[in-house]
Amino acid sequence: MHLEIVSPDKKVFSGEVKLVQVPGSDGSFEILKNHAPIISTLQKGRVKIVEMDDKEHFFEIEKGVIEVNNNKIVLLAERI
Amino acid sequence: MGSLKEIRTRMQSIKTTRQVTSAMKMVSAAKLRRAQEAIIRIRPYADKLYEILGNLSDSLDTLEENPFAIDRGTDRILLVSVNSNRGLCGAFNANVNKRVMQLIREDFKTQFYAGNLEIMAIGKNSFDFFRRRDFKVSHNNQVYDDLSFEQVVQVVENIMQAFVKEKYDRVYLVYNEFKNAATQLLKVEQFLPILKIEGKAEKQTTDYIYEPSVEEIVHELIPNALKIQFYKALLDSFASEHGARMTAMHKATDNATDLLRSLNLQYNKARQASITGEILEIVSGAEAMNG
Repeated sequence: MHLEIVSPDKKVFSGEVKLVQVPGSDGSFEILKNHAPIISTLQKGRVKIVEMDDKEHFFEIEKGVIEVNNNKIVLLAERI
Repeated sequence: MGSLKEIRTRMQSIKTTRQVTSAMKMVSAAKLRRAQEAIIRIRPYADKLYEILGNLSDSLDTLEENPFAIDRGTDRILLVSVNSNRGLCGAFNANVNKRVMQLIREDFKTQFYAGNLEIMAIGKNSFDFFRRRDFKVSHNNQVYDDLSFEQVVQVVENIMQAFVKEKYDRVYLVYNEFKNAATQLLKVEQFLPILKIEGKAEKQTTDYIYEPSVEEIVHELIPNALKIQFYKALLDSFASEHGARMTAMHKATDNATDLLRSLNLQYNKARQASITGEILEIVSGAEAMNG
């Protein structure tokens, strides 16, 4: 899956990932390969991503929105 | 034609001026590059945001209920006039002020006479201009000290709250859009209430899961889109300012060079004339002695 994390000031992350965990407004959820298309707003919290080589990264975000479609993930965060 | 000394002093002062203008040009060029990068950085965010909103456009009939979309007519107006804190950038500042004046004279005359027109000046120049003419004007000049999203958000949120509290019915932005270093486009944009967001993407057939719900997502995203729109306008204006200053300073440097060249010619002519005069005196003196 291809993931892009963008904030108004910069592009934070762009690359292939195995797993993304985000703090959705209705509770935290994970996205794995072939997730159904979803658009969800996010609340303040921690985003966890696992890259293809099992490296983990964490980002603290404050409000945002995520769109998943066809194994392409776009995460817009208002502040990181 | 002035005396040799006069010309020399003038040349000296023009040289100093040229040094200053060319230094300012270089500084502006560096700042312009940074400002341009900021615009480029925000573009992916803005594009993606509008894309997502566009995907939701089917459900945008719910837009009417959004507090930022309520059309209450045009009774109370806020004009946000965006220019700069500093001068020496050609017609950049004046263009914005002139356009705002024109808007007031032509479109918002009645509101103005009824005292229902306010101006928010972003940029010292604009603030001074309108204060001198006794308009209702508030200012936010400090955003330029450190132009970041967080700074700008505070300003926008104030405006958005005032709109929701029905202090204003319409909010317009007047700013320079950055086209390239030499060209700025003066723009007047309706900021609030929001106009329908056009989904530029072809009709999406994807069946999205919406969390928590379409309404709430739209509700959440619209303020965000507004902030981005405002921030983008400021970034555009900031880059335009440096572009305008760079061009102005480039022209000033060129003019100084031209002036210097013609003065140099004048100086050499005067010097030659005085030498010729001296030789003439010596020769005629010698002639007289020879008798």
